[in-house]
Amino acid sequence: MSELRRRDFFGIAGAGLFVFFHPDPAEAQEPGRLPTRASGPADFNAYLRIAADGRVTCMSGKVELGQGVMTEMAIVLAEELDVAFDSIDVVLGDTALCPNDGGTYGSMTTPLVVPTVRRAGAEARAVLLQLAAEKLGAPVERLQVTGGVVGDPATPAATVTYAQLVDGKRIERHLANIPVKGAAGFRTIGKSPRRKDALEKITGQARYAGDMIFPGLLHAAILRPPAHGAKLKSADTSAAEKVPGAQVIRDSGMVAVLHERPDIARQTLALVRAEFENPPDGPDDRTIFEHLRKTAPPPRVVGAAGDLAEGERLAAGAIVESAYLNGYVAHAPIETHSATARFEDGQVTVWASSQAPFQVKGAVMSALGLPADKVRIVSRYVGGGFGGKTEADQGVEAARLARISGKPVQVVWNRREEFFYDRFRPAAVMTIRAGVAGGKIVLWDHQIVGAGDRDALPFYDIPHRRTTSAGGWMGGNPPGMNPFEVGPWRAPSVNSITFARESHIDALAAKAGVDPVEFRLNNLTHARVRGVLEAAAKQFGWKAARAPSGRGVGVACSIYNNGCSASCAEVAVNRSTGAVVVKRIVLALDVGPVINPDGMRQQAEGCLMMGMGPALAEEVKFRNGEVLTRNFDGYPLPRFSWLPKVEIVLVDHPEAAALGGGEAPIVTMGAVLANAIYDAVGVRLLQLPMTPERLRAALAKG
Amino acid sequence: MERTISFRLNGKPTSVKADGQRMLLWVLRSDLGLTGTKFGCGEALCGACTVIVGNAAVRSCVTPVGAVEGKTVLTIEGIGQNGLHAVQQAFLNHHAFQCGYCTPGMIVSAYALLLETPRPTREQIVRHMEDNLCRCGAHGRIVEAIQEAAAAAKGGAR
Repeated sequence: MSELRRRDFFGIAGAGLFVFFHPDPAEAQEPGRLPTRASGPADFNAYLRIAADGRVTCMSGKVELGQGVMTEMAIVLAEELDVAFDSIDVVLGDTALCPNDGGTYGSMTTPLVVPTVRRAGAEARAVLLQLAAEKLGAPVERLQVTGGVVGDPATPAATVTYAQLVDGKRIERHLANIPVKGAAGFRTIGKSPRRKDALEKITGQARYAGDMIFPGLLHAAILRPPAHGAKLKSADTSAAEKVPGAQVIRDSGMVAVLHERPDIARQTLALVRAEFENPPDGPDDRTIFEHLRKTAPPPRVVGAAGDLAEGERLAAGAIVESAYLNGYVAHAPIETHSATARFEDGQVTVWASSQAPFQVKGAVMSALGLPADKVRIVSRYVGGGFGGKTEADQGVEAARLARISGKPVQVVWNRREEFFYDRFRPAAVMTIRAGVAGGKIVLWDHQIVGAGDRDALPFYDIPHRRTTSAGGWMGGNPPGMNPFEVGPWRAPSVNSITFARESHIDALAAKAGVDPVEFRLNNLTHARVRGVLEAAAKQFGWKAARAPSGRGVGVACSIYNNGCSASCAEVAVNRSTGAVVVKRIVLALDVGPVINPDGMRQQAEGCLMMGMGPALAEEVKFRNGEVLTRNFDGYPLPRFSWLPKVEIVLVDHPEAAALGGGEAPIVTMGAVLANAIYDAVGVRLLQLPMTPERLRAALAKG
Repeated sequence: MERTISFRLNGKPTSVKADGQRMLLWVLRSDLGLTGTKFGCGEALCGACTVIVGNAAVRSCVTPVGAVEGKTVLTIEGIGQNGLHAVQQAFLNHHAFQCGYCTPGMIVSAYALLLETPRPTREQIVRHMEDNLCRCGAHGRIVEAIQEAAAAAKGGAR
């Protein structure tokens, strides 16, 4: 890093022992299929610091979205350093202090960053043991560490603490190849200590981007178009300008009102008389599926094997073909996109609710024409992301307005803005033509439109198969294919694809006259998927029967980013209202060895609850570029009364690599409920969400 | 019309100079700097802004500040000011939150429930909390935490 950056960094971070990120591009980069990536860590920020008071600070560019990354980092560092969990502080999402280790998405923290943090801990421990050996006059091999105190068992009276070893020094190290601990020696990994963020969150002291308050702070309300594609023709701001304390800003297309009170800024914006030119007519939430079929790019073969014609011949007419539909789904975090920007001495700091602070940094630099050392982004606590806070346009808005006004500026989107600018999970059409012979799947022709192709290939043993994909969440769609921007939503692609695949597997099982669990096992050699399927069925007490059995039970399995999950569910269907009540869900999950079991359970429970929403109720309504869904009254999130009995089985897989688990548990929710509904009433719903209206209509059709 | 509005906030006499039509949420957050009470929807649809006025949970995003004149207002900052309340302790014990953004509203709503119904049934908890939204899906743990807090308080919230 440059001398200036060094001074800034140590000015903020102080003295002590630092272990720096080693810029190993192979390790720093994210899997190639991810949509956006940092260009590798150009700045050498620290991974950890041990201060003269003995406290350990872990620094990572990852962000605490609620998924527990703060706690996970502290667990692994406590483990590798042999210090108390409570002596660790975790600094996240601060571009001035933390290494650029990639955005917080794709369940990548556990497989990619946690191992690096562990190595930093092992490195620091090795350095400290060398220092201790000199101090104690004992060989390194003989030293033992407990709670940050180094001792020599040969002379028990002689001990030295990490704090004493680093006192007054500034020791800089870069990651070397110090081995990390083996599972047999774990003291903290595999335990579930109190979450690092717990106390701040239950006392209201946790500060989110919209909770930053500074003297002179102004709140912004920004004029928005009524529809995507609408163009501003004119804006009469004269009435707004007369409001005492209000400042109206017009800057390259943006019209904003600033006021020291956020509510008065909003009221004043309502006085602006704006005229927009409406966009041409476009699809709505009913016509979108036909529109997608027409506008999608040419399909690309994701994977194929055998010969589809041979599969057709083998199936000898035992063929099922269906088109599965999935509407647009919003992220709908309870915290809307928020940012607070403040200039000091030509440098801007933006507190932004973002999953990717380094990406926001780049966006602010380019929007304001500022060099890297003049922009600092801080994303400490974020009130839910789910993929929807990967971009952070509000951070750029706040920074622009702060520069123009010369005052700190806060931008907090209201709920309507949140629904309007959300980059939704894309709508999708998935057509599957498949066949069975002798209880075996012999043909699988899957055409995916709109969803994307992540983990799109079936993991069943199918000799003749082809999967194609056209368009998706990751961009590259033809203009106008989606009437607004789309993006990653918790386990992108895989929610839609799993709904289609696992629904269709059940349809094949029914065609073959075989129990759905047995049918899957008969067509599955993938050991880890078999493992979770058997674990889920066992915990559920699955009793073999041909569907529809009238019991209302369903099963589904999936793979997301190498994590395997299977679920069984029981539902009750009200035939006259079409309402579905989920009574029980069992989820079995295999994401390798689990660093924080309670943390994993929180994620899994959350996924099941959240996953019921898009399965049963959530769907964005729109027409001609206008987003008609504006608040929660038009967008039903799962609530307390939906809460089923939930059981999570963590399938232990100690020899495997640790995987992230914040997304894998959600992906089976559409299919498992569709299959359970079919088992209850003998009607298969091919479109999500499975609303009471759709179920009533399907029952009426029979 | 700006005027001086007085009420008791978290046990302390408080006055603000504000138009009585302004919503309590913004007065708390902006005029008084108490940011524990969160904005989520602005239309009493999510519960993130819940505070207690008198003995009842209200949505501060639709409660005019003029309406709390002379009354007592309790926010998340007031609930924990003399050490953690039983509800907070139970949320801690159960990790009954993830992102934490809806948590102040959840805790304040639960506190109000226990004021009114010290030993609620599970059904009463679900009914009372129904309109507090949580996107992370911590619902099961929140219900368990409220049950534990009710048992710990033995007869009522303090």
